[in-house]
Amino acid sequence: MINFQNVSKSYNGFEPTIRDINFAVEPKEFVSIVGQSGAGKSTIIKLLIGEERPTKGRVTFAQYDINKITSRDLPKLRRRIGVVFQDFKLLNTKNVHENIAFALEVGGKPENEINDLVMEVLDLVGIPGKGKSFIHQLSGGEKQRVAIARAMVNRPDVVVADEPTGNLDPLNTNGILHLLKKINEMGTTVMLATHNKDIVNDLKRRVITIEDGRIVRDEENSKYHI
Amino acid sequence: MATALYRIIKYGLKNFWRQRLVSLATLTVILLAILVFQGLLIFNSVSTTVLEKIRDKIDISVYFKTNVAEDDILAVKHSFETLDEVKSVEYVSREEALLAFQQKHKDDTTISKAIAELGENPLPASINIKAKDPAKYPTIVTYLSSDSINALVSDVSYSENQVVIDKLASIIDVSEKAGIILTIVLSLVAVIVSFNTLLLAIYSNREEITVMRLVGASNAFIRGPFIVEGIIYGVIATILTLIISLPIAYFVSPYLRLLSPDIDIWQYFLSNGLALFGWELLFGVSIGVISSLIATRKYLKV
Repeated sequence: MINFQNVSKSYNGFEPTIRDINFAVEPKEFVSIVGQSGAGKSTIIKLLIGEERPTKGRVTFAQYDINKITSRDLPKLRRRIGVVFQDFKLLNTKNVHENIAFALEVGGKPENEINDLVMEVLDLVGIPGKGKSFIHQLSGGEKQRVAIARAMVNRPDVVVADEPTGNLDPLNTNGILHLLKKINEMGTTVMLATHNKDIVNDLKRRVITIEDGRIVRDEENSKYHI
Repeated sequence: MATALYRIIKYGLKNFWRQRLVSLATLTVILLAILVFQGLLIFNSVSTTVLEKIRDKIDISVYFKTNVAEDDILAVKHSFETLDEVKSVEYVSREEALLAFQQKHKDDTTISKAIAELGENPLPASINIKAKDPAKYPTIVTYLSSDSINALVSDVSYSENQVVIDKLASIIDVSEKAGIILTIVLSLVAVIVSFNTLLLAIYSNREEITVMRLVGASNAFIRGPFIVEGIIYGVIATILTLIISLPIAYFVSPYLRLLSPDIDIWQYFLSNGLALFGWELLFGVSIGVISSLIATRKYLKV
């Protein structure tokens, strides 16, 4: 479903952030991409959602060739990938309900279905009473739950989480991890980028390890080796 | 399509209300821009009327010798009418001149008596020539100096009034040019200031725009609410402009009329209100919409 073939990315002619990246992700997989800060995890995610284009190699997702994707198709691609960002990237001028509903509205979902879906997903991420709250009124853990709710409400093919626990305490970290596992059990592919050793070791799933922009290990039921 | 439109309008209205402070600041600037625009429209209209009136008061009178036959005068009149520079030529016969003279001095018994004692009409026939452009009077006068006409003419008023006419002609010319330059400069200032204000308002939303792109919103869906806000600014600012300027025009108008009866701003509002509203709406909404389109463009590239 997701395919990276010999992908390199450099910015403004500098040293590549990632080089010769090769991997494929199948439907319903749970893949962790691990590595220290600056190893190139976020670049991989940016390439997948078309925020950046590869300098070399080819990135594909379902029928979309990210190298050649038009600005018309880009929103359609992004509606099929739910992204949870480390800095949440929530809409501060909208309340929680509207933030989540926005992901459905952009795809033209009818109004009457949206309300039910949002309530359902708010319940699932454990903040059923926060719909009317604005983002600045939420804690870090709550914001991340809203971000996850927004990423999954659209029933995307894949949920990508970039350091989703980076700003959270251990209790909230467990909660978020539990949610990601639940999303995966419901049949959605999950890609998790993290430098948190404990998370990865608990998961016991496929781990792709990146060092200095290169893949150094790609193993099933693996652990954090760095 | 209808759902998307509904959502775009909904978010446009919500953003306008939720970012009240930014909306108020933007609205104020657009309001000022429309007030300037309205001021220019009124200024241009009033100055055109006044200059037109002044221009209309300028003419040259050609007085013919009393022995010249009416047919000859009419031939001269006709020859002037065919000139490109001439707007109109009015013929005043000797009888008409006398009637007008008597009418003017009907209360003055000395003059009435003097005319009665003369026993004949002392006044010459004349033609009054109005030029399309006051600067053309010297050209017209050169036609008068041709021998065939000169032989019939006893006097031309232009030579006495030449300095005044020339001065008025240059004042009219300068006023018109100044009006055009003033209009262009002030309109540009108004447009640039409004544009920059909207640019800043949208700049404060740049992260939101990026996030919307990242969660799969199309450009139209992101831009739509900003355009709706632009329309709201234009409409509210236009309505406020009229609410502010109507009472001012009503109270100031009588004082301006004292300066010159041709300047009647209140009457201008009454007879041009709808057109004024239309132009201001077009101006305000265009600024709002075009600025929004340009300002969002930069942040939609993610």
